[in-house]
Amino acid sequence: MVDLLTIKNLAVDFQTRNGTVNAVRDVSVCVKRSQKIGIVGESGSGKSVSAFAIMRLLDSGGKVTAGEVSYNGIDLRRCSEKEMRDIRGRDISMVFQNPRAALNPIRTVGKQLVDVLHQHSLASRQNARHKAIEALAAVKINDPKSCFSRYPFELSGGMCQRVVIALALACNPRLLIADEPTTGLDITTQRSVMELIDELITARQMSAIFITHDLALAAQYCDHIIVMKDGEIVESGEPESLFGSPQHAYTKKLVSATPRPGVELRDLLPPTLSGEPLAKMSVVVPSNKPLLEVKELSKEFNTKGSAFVAVNKLSFTIHENESVGLVGESGCGKSTTSSMLMRLLDSTSGQVIFNGSDLFNTGLREFSKDKRRASLQMIFQDAGESLNPRHNAATLIREPLSHLTNLSRKEIKTRILELADLVGLPHSLLSRFPHQLSGGQMARVGIARAIAVNPRLLILDEPTAALDVSIQAVVLNLLADLRHQLQISYLFVSHDLRVIDLMCDRVLVMRGGEIVEQGGVNQILNDPQHPYTKELLAAAPAPPVKNDSVEKFRQEESDLLALNTVGF
Amino acid sequence: MAQTIPVVIGVVVISFLLTRALPGDPAVYFAGDAADAASIQQVREALGLDKSMPQQFLIYVGDLLRGDLGQSLSSGQPVLTDLTYRLPASLELTLVALGLSCLIAIPLGVLAATRPGTWVDHLCRVLVTAGVSLPTFFTGVVLIYFFYYLTGWAPAPLGRLDFIYIEPDRVTGFYLIDSLLAGDIETFLGALKQLILPSITLALFTMAPIARMTRSAMISALSSDYIRTVRAAGLSRTTILRTYAFRNALLPVITTLGMVFSFSLGANVLVERVFAWPGIGSYAVDALVASDYAAVQGFVLAMALLFVFVNLLIDLLYSVVDPRIGFADNE
Amino acid sequence: MSSDLGTASVVATPTQPASYQSQSTLAHIIYVLRDNPVTLIAFIMLSVLVVCALFGHWIAPYDPLATDSSSILQPPSSQHWFGTDNVGRDVFSRVLVATRLDLQISIMAVSLSFVIGATLGAIAGYWGGWIDIVLSRFLDTIMAFPLFVLAMGIVAALGNTVENIIYATAIINIPFYARLIRAEVNLRRDSGFAVAAKLSGNSDLRVLVQHIFPNTLPPVMVQVSLNLGWAILNAAGLSFIGLGVRPPTPEWGIMVAEGANFIVSGEWWMAVFPGLALMFAVFTFNLLGDGLRDIVDPRKRK
Repeated sequence: MVDLLTIKNLAVDFQTRNGTVNAVRDVSVCVKRSQKIGIVGESGSGKSVSAFAIMRLLDSGGKVTAGEVSYNGIDLRRCSEKEMRDIRGRDISMVFQNPRAALNPIRTVGKQLVDVLHQHSLASRQNARHKAIEALAAVKINDPKSCFSRYPFELSGGMCQRVVIALALACNPRLLIADEPTTGLDITTQRSVMELIDELITARQMSAIFITHDLALAAQYCDHIIVMKDGEIVESGEPESLFGSPQHAYTKKLVSATPRPGVELRDLLPPTLSGEPLAKMSVVVPSNKPLLEVKELSKEFNTKGSAFVAVNKLSFTIHENESVGLVGESGCGKSTTSSMLMRLLDSTSGQVIFNGSDLFNTGLREFSKDKRRASLQMIFQDAGESLNPRHNAATLIREPLSHLTNLSRKEIKTRILELADLVGLPHSLLSRFPHQLSGGQMARVGIARAIAVNPRLLILDEPTAALDVSIQAVVLNLLADLRHQLQISYLFVSHDLRVIDLMCDRVLVMRGGEIVEQGGVNQILNDPQHPYTKELLAAAPAPPVKNDSVEKFRQEESDLLALNTVGF
Repeated sequence: MAQTIPVVIGVVVISFLLTRALPGDPAVYFAGDAADAASIQQVREALGLDKSMPQQFLIYVGDLLRGDLGQSLSSGQPVLTDLTYRLPASLELTLVALGLSCLIAIPLGVLAATRPGTWVDHLCRVLVTAGVSLPTFFTGVVLIYFFYYLTGWAPAPLGRLDFIYIEPDRVTGFYLIDSLLAGDIETFLGALKQLILPSITLALFTMAPIARMTRSAMISALSSDYIRTVRAAGLSRTTILRTYAFRNALLPVITTLGMVFSFSLGANVLVERVFAWPGIGSYAVDALVASDYAAVQGFVLAMALLFVFVNLLIDLLYSVVDPRIGFADNE
Repeated sequence: MSSDLGTASVVATPTQPASYQSQSTLAHIIYVLRDNPVTLIAFIMLSVLVVCALFGHWIAPYDPLATDSSSILQPPSSQHWFGTDNVGRDVFSRVLVATRLDLQISIMAVSLSFVIGATLGAIAGYWGGWIDIVLSRFLDTIMAFPLFVLAMGIVAALGNTVENIIYATAIINIPFYARLIRAEVNLRRDSGFAVAAKLSGNSDLRVLVQHIFPNTLPPVMVQVSLNLGWAILNAAGLSFIGLGVRPPTPEWGIMVAEGANFIVSGEWWMAVFPGLALMFAVFTFNLLGDGLRDIVDPRKRK
C-alpha cells in the first residue's frame, strides 16, 4: 500500500489571552490507501485541531509551527490558498459533529450540493441537479428528489448527517476526515450513519480518519487507532492489540475506563498509585419492599389543539435499595417520566405510590413544603448547568439543607463538610464558583447536594453523559458506593446500555412513551425479547475483547445478579 | 402578521387615551377665550365629551375610519390634510438618510467582520460607540456651523428648497422625484443640496446600530458550523461570503432596520426642527408649542400606523429571506 | 479536567481546614477595573459626572442664572471658559450646573422603568400563559410607536413638566426591560439550576426571585447603562423642542436649542459646549455597560 497522507512532526500553537498554548506537538501520522484510521482522545487532546491543521482550516489564532503534511506528494503546508481550495472537497473532505448546524439553514440541501459541484467543475448548469440528486441517493436518502428542495430544518438529525456526508463525498474525494460524526445522535442513528460511512468508504476504496472520543466506536470501524493526550500521540496500533495489551499508562486507563461486557465497576478505575487494591465493591441486595409504585402513568401535552402523548400508561415498581435503569433514545419520554416522579410536572392520568402514600395528593406548588420533598432528589445530566452560577459550592450544598431540614447554622456547616468528604470534594474547593470547577468536581457538588437531605429515591438523569470516559469511571464508582453506604434507591436514566449494565439491577426499555420491555439487567442484556431492545444492544459499539478472564468475570457477574434479582 | 391587528387596535386605544388625557377641559379650550358657560356646554356636546368613555371611544374610532383626525387650531385645516401634505417631506428625508446609512454601514460592518483587528474594524467600533452617543440635534447644529457658516458649502438650513427655485408640480410630494418628472434638473439639484446636511445628520445617528448589527451578525455567521462545512468543501471565498455568510447575516440586519426606521421617525422631529424642514415632525413641534393637541395626537397616531405598516413590510421581507418563518410562527 | 483523576480514590480525601470565603465584592470590582482599561476610563468619566452633579453648584464660578448685559455673546476666554450667552450668562457654569438635572432625569426614569419592566417581564417569563400573552401584546403596542414620538405625546397629554418627562421616558423604556428580562427568565425557567432549586424546597416565587432573576442581571446591566444614555438624549431632545424643562433653567438640551439660533451667525460656543457635555455623558454610559456587566457576573471572577 502507498501512503496517501503523511504527517510528520506536526505542531500547532494557539495564541490565547493567557499566552501561547501548544495544542498539538510532534504528531506523526501516516494514512495508507484504503486505510481507516481512528484518532481517539478526550476533550482537549488536540485530535480535532490536528484534522483542521491538515485542511488548513484552523481558527484565527491557531498556527502550524512545525512539521510536514503531504498528500499524494503535494506539500499541503506550502501550496497556495487556491490550490488548497481545489484539494478541499475534491481530494480531502470532512464530516463534522452536529450535522444540523453544519448545513446552511436558509439554503436548500440541493443548492448547497450544487454549490460544491460547481466549485470543483464537476457539474454543468444542466446536469447539476441530476448530479446532486445522485449524490443524495448515494447516501441512501429516501426520495432524494424531494430532499433536493428541502431545507435542513425540515430533516431529522440523522438525515442531516447523511446530507453532510453527501456533501463531503459529492466530488469523490480520496480521503474523508470525520470529526465526531455521530456524537449527539441517538445510538441507533449513530449505528446506521457509521455503517453508511463505512460502506461508502469501502466501496469507493477511500481512506478515512475518524476522530472520536469513543474508543469502542473507533475500534469497531478502524484498522488502526492513534491515542492522543494533551496534544501528543501516546500510543498507536491495531484495535485488538490496543485493547488487549495497551502499553502506555494513559491508554491503559482509557481502555479500562471504557464500559464493556464482562467488567465490574472497580475495573474501570486505574490501579491506585500505591498499588493497593481498591476497597471491594460491596454487594447491595435490593429488598422486595416496594418504594415507588407507578401505575398507568400517562402524560399528554396539548400544543395548538393537537394532543401529543409523551408518556403512555407506564407501570413499574422500584424496590427499596434497588437500582433500576431506564433506557431509551431522545423523545422516548424518559425526561417527562422523571419530571413527573420528581413531582415537578403533573400527570394526565395514573398513580404514583411513594413509600405507601399517593405522591399526587399534594399539589405541584405545595410540594416544595411537603415532607416527601427531601426523599425525592435528582442528579442532572449537565452538572454545570444544574449549579447556580452565582453560588459557590458550599452555598449550593447548603441550599437543600437550609430549606428542607431543621438543622442549626452550625450543624449545617458540619454537614456540608461531611458531605464534601463523602463525595470526595476537597474542602478548599467549597469556596469556588461552578465555573472555577472541573467537570468531575461539578458532578461531585451536584451529587453532594442531592444526597444532602438523605433522599430515599434518587433519579440520575444521564449523570455521566457529558463527562470524559475516565471521569465517568470515577463518578460511576462514587455513585455505586454511595448507594451502598446510604441505602438509596436509584432510577438511572441513560442511553448507554453498558453503563446501565454496570449500575443497575433491573432495566426498563422505553420507546415512544411506553415501556417495551423490562426485566433483570442480566436477562435484558443477554437475552432481549423485544426487537427494539435487540436493536439498541446491537447498536452499542462493542470493543474487541480477547481476554480469557472476561468470560470468567461475566459468569461470576451473572451468578451474582441472578442472586440479586431473586426478590424481583 | 396576525400580530398586526391587535397592535393596531392597541395603538388606537392608546392614542384615544392620550387624546382624552389632555390637560384641562378641551371644551373650554376649543370654545375660545370669550366663551360663556352655555357655549362651553355647546362645544362639549358638539365634541361628544358629555358621553361615557366607551361611547366616546366608538365615536373616536368612527371618526378615524372616516379619516377625521380633528381640526388643527393653528392651520385651521383638518389634521389629516395637513399630515398628508407634509408627510412626503419627512419620508423623503428619512428614506434618503436610511439609504445613505445602509450604503455606508452595511459594507463597513461586513468589512469589519471579515478583517477583525484591522483599521476598518477599529473605525467601525469607534463609529458605533460614538454614533450612539450623538444627539441628532447637536450633530445638525455642528454640521451647519461647519458647512454653512464656516465653509459656505451647504445652502442655508431653511427648508426643502431655496426660494430661488420654483417648487415642482406636486405628483408624489417628493421633490427629488417630482422635479425629475418635470424634467427640471436645476430644481432637482437644488432640492438635493438642501437634503444633504439633514440626511447626513440623520444617517450619522442611524449608521451606528446598522453597522454594529451587520458586524456582529457577520461575525456570528462566519464562525458558524455551516461556514466551516463549505470551507472544508473548498468553496471560494466570494461564494462563502456572499451566498453563505451574508445572506444569513442579513436576517438580524433586516430586523434592526425596522427598529432603526422607528428611531429615525423620532429623530426626524429634532432634525426637521434644526433644519426648518417642513415635514410632519416640525408640524408636530409647532403644534405642541401652540398647544394644538388634535394635531399632536393625529401625528402620534399617524407615526404609529406608519411604523406598523413598515413592520409588516419587514416581516414580509424576512419571510422571503428565511424559509423557516411560517414553519415556526408559533414562537 | 485531569485533576479529577488524581482524586480517583473514591472514599477518602484528606480533610483540609474549612476556609471558604469567596473573593470580596470590592476586590472583584478592582479586578474588573484593572482587567479592562475601557471600563476604568468609563468609571473615571462617570466619577467626573457624579462630582459635577453633586458639587456643580459650588464649583461653578458664576451664578448660572445671573445675566450680565455688559458681557453678551463673548467667545471663550480665561474669564468665561465656555464664553457667555446672549444675555451674558456664563456658559461654563450653566453646563456644570445642568449635570445634576440631566442625570436626575435619566437615573430616575431608568430606575422606574427597570423596576416596572423587570417585574412584569419576570412574571410573564416565569409563569407564561395568558399573563405573558397580554403583556407581550401590550409591549408590542408601545413599541409600535416611534418612542420619541410617544414620549412627545405623553408629555403633551400629561402636561409639560419635568416629572412628566421622567414618566414619559420611563414608559418608553419599559418594553426594553420587560422583553429582555422575560426572555432571560424564560431561558432559565427550566434550566438545571432552577429545577435543582425547586428540589431543594424553594417555592416558585423564591426560585424566580432568588435563583433565576439574579442570573439575568449581567445582560440587563448592559441595557441599563445604554438606557441611561438614551434617557439623557431623550430628555434633552424633549427640552430641545420646548417640552419639560423651561428656560432659564440650565439644561443641556435647552442650551443647545438656544445656541442653535446663534450658530448661523457664528457664535458656536453657546450650542457646542452643552452639546459636548451631553455627548460626554451619553458616551460614558455607553462605555460603562460592559464593565457593569462584568461586575455583576460571578463567572468573571477569577
